[in-house]
Amino acid sequence: MKKLINDPADVVVEALRGMAAAHRGRLRVDLDNKVVYRKEQIRPGKVGLISGGGSGHEPMHGGFVGLGMLDAACAGEVFTSPVPDQMMAATKEVDGGAGVLHIVKNYTGDVMNFEMAAELAAADAGTQVQAVVVDDDVAVQDSLYTAGRRGVGTTVLLEKIVGAAAEEGRSLADCAALATRVNDNGRSMGMALTSCTVPAAGKPTFELAEDEMEVGIGIHGEPGRKRVPLASAREVAEMLVEPILSDLDFTGDSGAIVLMNGMGGTPLLELYLMYAEVAQILERSGVTIARCLVGNYITSLEMAGCSVTLLKADDDMVGLWDAPVNTPGLRWGV
Amino acid sequence: MANLQSFAAWIGDYAGVVAEQADYLTDLDRAIGDADHGSNMQRGMARAARLADEEEFTAIDAYLKKVGMSLVSNVGGASGPLYGTFFLRMGGALAGVEEAGAEEVGAALRAGVEGILARGKAEVGDKTMYDAWSPALDAFDAAVGAGGDLAGALAAAAEAAAKGRDGTEDLVARKGRASYLGERSRGHIDPGATSSTMLLESAARTLA
Repeated sequence: MKKLINDPADVVVEALRGMAAAHRGRLRVDLDNKVVYRKEQIRPGKVGLISGGGSGHEPMHGGFVGLGMLDAACAGEVFTSPVPDQMMAATKEVDGGAGVLHIVKNYTGDVMNFEMAAELAAADAGTQVQAVVVDDDVAVQDSLYTAGRRGVGTTVLLEKIVGAAAEEGRSLADCAALATRVNDNGRSMGMALTSCTVPAAGKPTFELAEDEMEVGIGIHGEPGRKRVPLASAREVAEMLVEPILSDLDFTGDSGAIVLMNGMGGTPLLELYLMYAEVAQILERSGVTIARCLVGNYITSLEMAGCSVTLLKADDDMVGLWDAPVNTPGLRWGV
Repeated sequence: MANLQSFAAWIGDYAGVVAEQADYLTDLDRAIGDADHGSNMQRGMARAARLADEEEFTAIDAYLKKVGMSLVSNVGGASGPLYGTFFLRMGGALAGVEEAGAEEVGAALRAGVEGILARGKAEVGDKTMYDAWSPALDAFDAAVGAGGDLAGALAAAAEAAAKGRDGTEDLVARKGRASYLGERSRGHIDPGATSSTMLLESAARTLA
């Protein structure tokens, strides 16, 4: 394992210390609870937005804390969900009297820990908490007998859109309904060219030969649904977009918001190249691109690979997408 | 009979086992999950094992509840709420008990596993820790029914858990991250069933 770290056990706290130092003007970081907050206290009457999950997906979630997006992000250990204590602390801190929305990705551990935190926060401080569980990964068969689809790229779009709605002063019920609408209309699919190495584990999560790739991977180095021979970017784009389009009709309305996401180890050169392929497929399929985002937004340490997320957007969502945002990971209109 | 010291010895022993086997548990998790089960359990159990040195406990229930909260607060993932709830419920079932025999320990184990089920909603055959716990509880009860003492019942439970653990190899996961793999999860032993078996084996060494 070759990594720029001191001790595998200290990776998360030391990274948070760096974030605090780098964004002194707009973030404050509670190192004991491993929670990233906006510098300023929550505005009374504004719905508090919290997300969180395992570390290793940077800039998600800490990098999306700030004006127009999250109020707090709880950082778990690498690829491990945070614990209820962290979410409890964050929930109490960002309750401005209008309640708090938990944005949870659909992983068993994340869901269980956020559920425990919501129970405890309600019992302890009477805080009104609602949760939205993001489950947008079409690589996973959804059935009553599985944990359901994983939460991946749609989480980023949801945090931006619902963040803008909360900033506008919409109620907790409205924010939760909007979050559910975004989740219902978002779909993702990812692939990997290489594995990543979890610092505490010290070796790659899975082995891939030089001429192989994994299609349908998640963001935790969990192996994909199938291993296939390495293909061209054009073929990879087809493999990612086709399952998304066959799962939901993205034509009509205001078009789609497209996230062409890198998994952490793929250069922008390749991501732009991939975006061109994806855009071409969408055009051919009659899908209008309303907005797009290309870059590393929800990553998997140093894994090479990418994911595509499409959100079937309505006018409300596009308007909220365009609203100002000022976070370390996403910034425009300010 | 198990008293407060026995339960503290159990937690200490299991922390040692988990530390020793952390790489093995993580390797099992790497195959079908996200490669963190060993490091998470090691972190949580190391913290739980220190409780007995840091604080004076006078009752089994208070001690086990503290162990449970400590696991919830330090493990993360699904293992934190599952093992944390297990010890919280076990503690609840042992309220007022100073010396636990086969009957009390059996009831406490069952309460703990019901807590795991309430959180995880798993069934036998889902390829989870419950595939170790379910046969273990049955074996424990059968041993007690046949007139066995605590030591015999725990040994029987540990043996049945190990069989259940080995049986997860042929199963397709329906819960947790391994379920995302579908058919590809077959052929691997479940990490949670493995750490649960270790917990029962540790109990057989320390509680009786």
